Formats: sequence, C-alpha cells, structure tokens
Amino acid sequence: MEHNILEIDHLHVVFPSSKGETSPVNDVSLRVPAGKTVGIVGESGCGKSMTARAVMGLIHAPGRITEGEIRLCGRDLRKLSEKEYCSLRGSEVSMIFQEPMTSLNPVMKAGHQVEEVLRLHTDIPESELKQRVIDIFRAVGITEPEKRYNCYPHELSGGLRQRVIIAMAMICRPRLMIADEPTTALDVTVQAQILRLMKDLVSDDTGLLVISHDLGVIAKLCDYVYVMYAGRIVEESDIFTLFDDPQHPYTKGLMDAVGSLRRDAEVLSTIPGVVPSLAHLPAGCSFCLRCENGSDRCEKELPGLIQTGPGHKVRCHLMKEAGQ
Amino acid sequence: MNRLLLEGKNLSRDFPAGHGRKLHAVTDISLRIYEGETLGLVGESGCGKSTLGRLLIRMLEPDSGKLYYRGNAVSGISEKDFHPYRRDLQMIFQDPYASLNPRMTVRDLIAEPLEAWHVCGSREETTKKVLRLMEAVGVPGEFLMRYPHQFSGGQRQRIGIARAIALDPALIVCDEPVSALDVSVQNQILNLLNELQKNRGMSYLFISHDLSVVHHIADRVAVMFLGKIMETGYVKDIYESPQHPYTRFLLNAVPVPDPHRREDTVELLKGEPPSPVDLPKGCVFHTRCPYATEQCRNEVPAMRPAGRTEAACHYPGVS
Ligand SMILES: Nc1ncnc2c1ncn2[C@@H]1O[C@H](COP(=O)(O)OP(=O)(O)OP(=O)(O)O)[C@@H](O)[C@H]1O
Ligand SMILES: Nc1ncnc2c1ncn2[C@@H]1O[C@H](COP(=O)(O)OP(=O)(O)OP(=O)(O)O)[C@@H](O)[C@H]1O
Ligand SMILES: [Mg+2]
Ligand SMILES: [Mg+2]
Repeated sequence: MEHNILEIDHLHVVFPSSKGETSPVNDVSLRVPAGKTVGIVGESGCGKSMTARAVMGLIHAPGRITEGEIRLCGRDLRKLSEKEYCSLRGSEVSMIFQEPMTSLNPVMKAGHQVEEVLRLHTDIPESELKQRVIDIFRAVGITEPEKRYNCYPHELSGGLRQRVIIAMAMICRPRLMIADEPTTALDVTVQAQILRLMKDLVSDDTGLLVISHDLGVIAKLCDYVYVMYAGRIVEESDIFTLFDDPQHPYTKGLMDAVGSLRRDAEVLSTIPGVVPSLAHLPAGCSFCLRCENGSDRCEKELPGLIQTGPGHKVRCHLMKEAGQ
Repeated sequence: MNRLLLEGKNLSRDFPAGHGRKLHAVTDISLRIYEGETLGLVGESGCGKSTLGRLLIRMLEPDSGKLYYRGNAVSGISEKDFHPYRRDLQMIFQDPYASLNPRMTVRDLIAEPLEAWHVCGSREETTKKVLRLMEAVGVPGEFLMRYPHQFSGGQRQRIGIARAIALDPALIVCDEPVSALDVSVQNQILNLLNELQKNRGMSYLFISHDLSVVHHIADRVAVMFLGKIMETGYVKDIYESPQHPYTRFLLNAVPVPDPHRREDTVELLKGEPPSPVDLPKGCVFHTRCPYATEQCRNEVPAMRPAGRTEAACHYPGVS
C-alpha cells in the first residue's frame, strides 16, 4: 500500500492585522505520497510559501499556527520542540527557498557550507566530509567540483548556486524535500537543466513538494497538484486531470490564460477583477466576486471540497458530487 | 514594409568591472525598428537587453556606434539638440513599484510628462487629459488622488503605461513590463499594449526573457546572447525555423504547460553563459555550442541571411 511522506490536515496559519486577523493558510489539507512529486500552484500571495514554512516550523511571530496537524512519516511535527525541529531540518526534511541568496552564507566557501550540514546531522568522520561533498556536487551536475568547493557564493553563477543549494538540501537524504519556486530566478536554459535534475531526485521512499506559479514547471514535474487561492485549496487532482479537465472557475481561468498565450490567441484570456485582500474576504467563496456564475449563496456560504471524480476535489457550489 | 523609425549601427557599450577590466554589455549591435511594429528582444539574464534598450533612446551613451531617428543622425548631437526627440521616445519599466514616486498621486504621476512639455493650457485641462489617459489604460477615474501603494501590481503597471503614452510617443521601450505580474494580470497588460498600438500606431521595443510572451506580442524578434544579436527575423520564422543553434536551444528549453508533453527528449544546452568580462574569441556562443568548429573559435560570424531569418552563425541551420 502506498504511504504518505507528508500529511497536512486542516492547517490554519494566522497573522494579526488592523482588521482583526488574516489567514494566509486557511484550512489546508494535503498529502505527499512516497515516491511522488506534488505541486502547489497559485498566484502571488495565495499562501504557497507560508504553507511550506509551516511544515518547516518556520512561522515566526506574530504569525502562528492556530489549528491543524502536520505529520512527517507519521510523526506529529507540531509537538516538536525548537531543538527537535533543528535536528529535523536538513536531515529529514529540507527546503529550497524562493530567494536563493538567502540560503547561502556569503562569506563561507560553498563546499564548507555543505560540509556543515553533514557535520550537524551525521557522524561521518572529518576526513571523509570533503569527498562526500565533492561526490554530491558531481551528482547535481556541478562541473569541476573540486574547484567549486573552494568558491564563495558570489563567485558562482545563478545556476551553480542553485545546484549548491540543492546539494545542501539532499546530502542527508531527507524523506521530504520542499522546493519553493526552485527555478524562478534562473534563465530558461539553466531552468531546463535544474528541472531535469529535480525530476531525478525522487526515489521510492522520499517525496518532493514543488511550489510554483508557473504551470509549465508544474506540468513538467508533478504527479499531483493542489491549486491555492487566497489561502485555501480550491482544487486538487492528478496532473493530467487538472490540465485536461479543470473544474474550479479559478483553475479554468488560469488554464485559459496560459492556454490563450500558448495558442497566441488574438485577445488573451484574463480573469476579471483582482485577488481580494486577505483582510477583506467574503464569508463564502473567496473567488465569487470574480466568478461569472457567482450567486448569493456563493457569497454567503463557504463551499466545501467536493469530490467530483477519483482523486479530484473542487471547492465550488456549482459542482456535483461524483456518483450523484 | 513600414518606414524606418529608429536605427542603431554598430553600437557598443562597456562598463568598468574593477581592476581596470571591462564588462562588455553590448558589442557591435546594429538594429532597426520600423514604424508601428513591435520588435521583441529576447535573451537570458545579463545578456545586455536593458543596456541596448537604453542606448537606443539615449538614456545611456554608447562608447561607439551611431543612432538614426527617421533618417537623422542623433547620436553625436548635444543633449539640447536631442531634447525634442525625447518626447517621441518613452520607456516602461519592469518593476511598477520602483518606477513610480511613492509620494505622488496618480494625477501628478501622469500629469508630470504633460506639464514638463507644457502640453495643456491649464491645470484643469491637464487633469482632464489625465482622466482620459486613465480611461485608456483602464484605471478608474475615481482613483485620481490615490498613491501607488494603494494599487495592485497590474494597476501600477497601467499607471506606468499611462505616463509613457501621455505624450503620444513614436516608440516605447518596454523593459520586461509584465515579468513581475501573475499570468492573468500579465494577459490584461499585453491586451492593453496591443490595443493602444492599434489605436495610436506607435512602435514598441519589447524586452523580455519570456519567449511565449514575445511570441504573442512581437512582429519581429531579435535574439541576444552575451552582448550580441544572434538572430533576427519575423516572429513566425524565428519560432518555426530558427537558424541559429542558440535560438533553437532557447526555444526547446521552455517548459510546456502540458503534462502530456513533458517527456524529456530534447537536447539541452550544457554549461552556463561565459562572463561578459572575458568574452570568448570568435563566436561568443562557441563555448556552449555543440557544433562549434575551429572557425567558430577564431572568427566572429557576421550577420547574414540564413533560411528565412538572419543569423550570426558560421553554420546556420545545423543540427
Ligand atoms: N509577516 C507577515 N505578516 C502578515 N502577512 C504576511 C506576512 N508574510 C506574508 N504575509 C501574507 O501571507 C500571504 C501568503 O504569503 P506567501 O508568501 O505564502 O504567498 P505565496 O503564495 O508564496 O506568494 P508568491 O508567489 O508571491 O511567493 C500573503 O498575502 C502575504 O501578504
Ligand atoms: N551601470 C552598470 N554598471 C556596471 N555593469 C552594468 C551596468 N548596467 C549593466 N551592467 C552589466 O552589463 C551586463 C548587461 O546588463 P543588462 O542589464 O543590459 O542585461 P539584461 O539582459 O537586461 O539582463 P536582465 O534580464 O537581468 O534584466 C550585465 O552583466 C550587467 O551586470
Ligand atoms: Mg512564495
Ligand atoms: Mg534587463
């Protein structure tokens, strides 16, 4: 039977604001099964990074997790002390952050930074550390690994830096890797190389959670996808169903926008209106004000996630439950 | 073909790179922009797109090379003599946040170019014109007295566009105008730029690293690598039958938003672009090009017709 590396149930992250509280992560549940790559897609500010940070135990005050469960290989992460979390990060779960430069120490040689991770989490003898690092550099496609070992981050190109970060994230063979916009800062030719590398990272007993706003990146890497809008999951499905048969009006709008550009339509599809501010969400569906078919009910009553097909769920009043 | 609007000939520009060394941002580029067309300029980060765009409207002076506007030589002339042309040459920037003064209202931001050029007789007339411009770019007139931070990214970009079109320019250099925006907002701005061009007939130099965006908006495309143009041609010809190997690798690298087509079969470019401080001898692309020969390592290829495009390659069309 397939088991899950990561399970998130009904997660809420809350920040105080002038209008009471806002919820950048609002009742999010998701699974990353072993051996699979799972994506979170959605537009800027919808809560993708915040969800990842919650898993990493990196929600800082005044933000806090108010509800929900996060389990990594069955272990309840919300019960961990900060010390336990520290030993978990980098060994059991690691994250590639959206801003690549923040993940590297500018005054420390690239090789030494990766060594530091090994020193912290393993008892590999001092004498073997350097060789381990050079091996992993080679594995992630860093050319001339011995030379790069001694480089400072600013001496490396963007693509090489991202490979060092990936090396650092995977050297302890974590069960779960989270990649937050792993290629956004890179050029397309280098992005293509990194995407190919990331595809090969997942093995039978690990999982990869990829966050991106780029449907091209999601289509390339993921087996299963969650679509987020204003803090909530609005649709989830296997990758093929999501692209072939999107159901939520927001997902459809997103697919049309990308599709019309790809087809080079005369006038490109857009989604009318703008994403509502988290402080001014309607009581019901957060998308209803931009939705063609929004009704009174949509505005007042929050739709639940409705199962519309095998493994396909949609948060919309217009949907019919499968088999009804 | 429409009339020639702006032409750059053999433009070069270096920047100091410390230790007395030079960074070659733009090397010997010749480029034409015609009336009413959109020329797309694509290439990877740091290849010199913004520098070239700024050289073409004299926001930056070249080390060498010439500039012609409607047939008049405008590169050697004084700033005072060039001043009348400035009105015709405008720019839109990537970061709508950084390019708008946060302490100015939308009214004052859009009125600024109008007032600098004394376009309207009175303050009331200026405000009326500002309102017409806001309508043209789809920002509601009721927001006249708001400040930039009270707008979304897409709305801020619309305000930047209103400023750029206020003087009815002949050319707008659009430097990554949609790169910071979400896709649905990006599409709104692209539609707006297309519509404005239809109504007003200006030309765009549209700088972007996003090949699908350029495919949509451009009539012709110039592909840049490491300070040089590798290939130019009509958009259809560049995308359907690229002649320069770099163009082909660039097009192949774009992830297709279709999971049915995700199998990795295409050949990817290896390595990383060389440094613009130590330019490779010969063709600047030869260190990454799988087809490079002795000739490529020694001789700079000239731009010449190849297939239906023009390419700077000793072996156009190789594969
Ligand atoms: N420190 C904070 N205090 C209050 N709100 C915050 C804070 N940090 C982030 N937010 C809000 O939380 C929401 C989710 O942010 P998050 O970074 O998760 O977005 P995202 O989906 O990753 O967006 P992007 O694609 O731009 O990276 C946003 O609306 C953001 O404004
Ligand atoms: N004022 C400057 N001083 C020194 N170097 C500069 C300056 N402006 C640009 N450069 C350098 O010139 C090269 C070309 O820069 P340019 O900004 O034109 O590239 P670009 O193609 O627009 O890149 P991007 O896609 O990142 O915007 C880069 O190596 C850049 O670091
Ligand atoms: Mg983010
Ligand atoms: Mg630029």
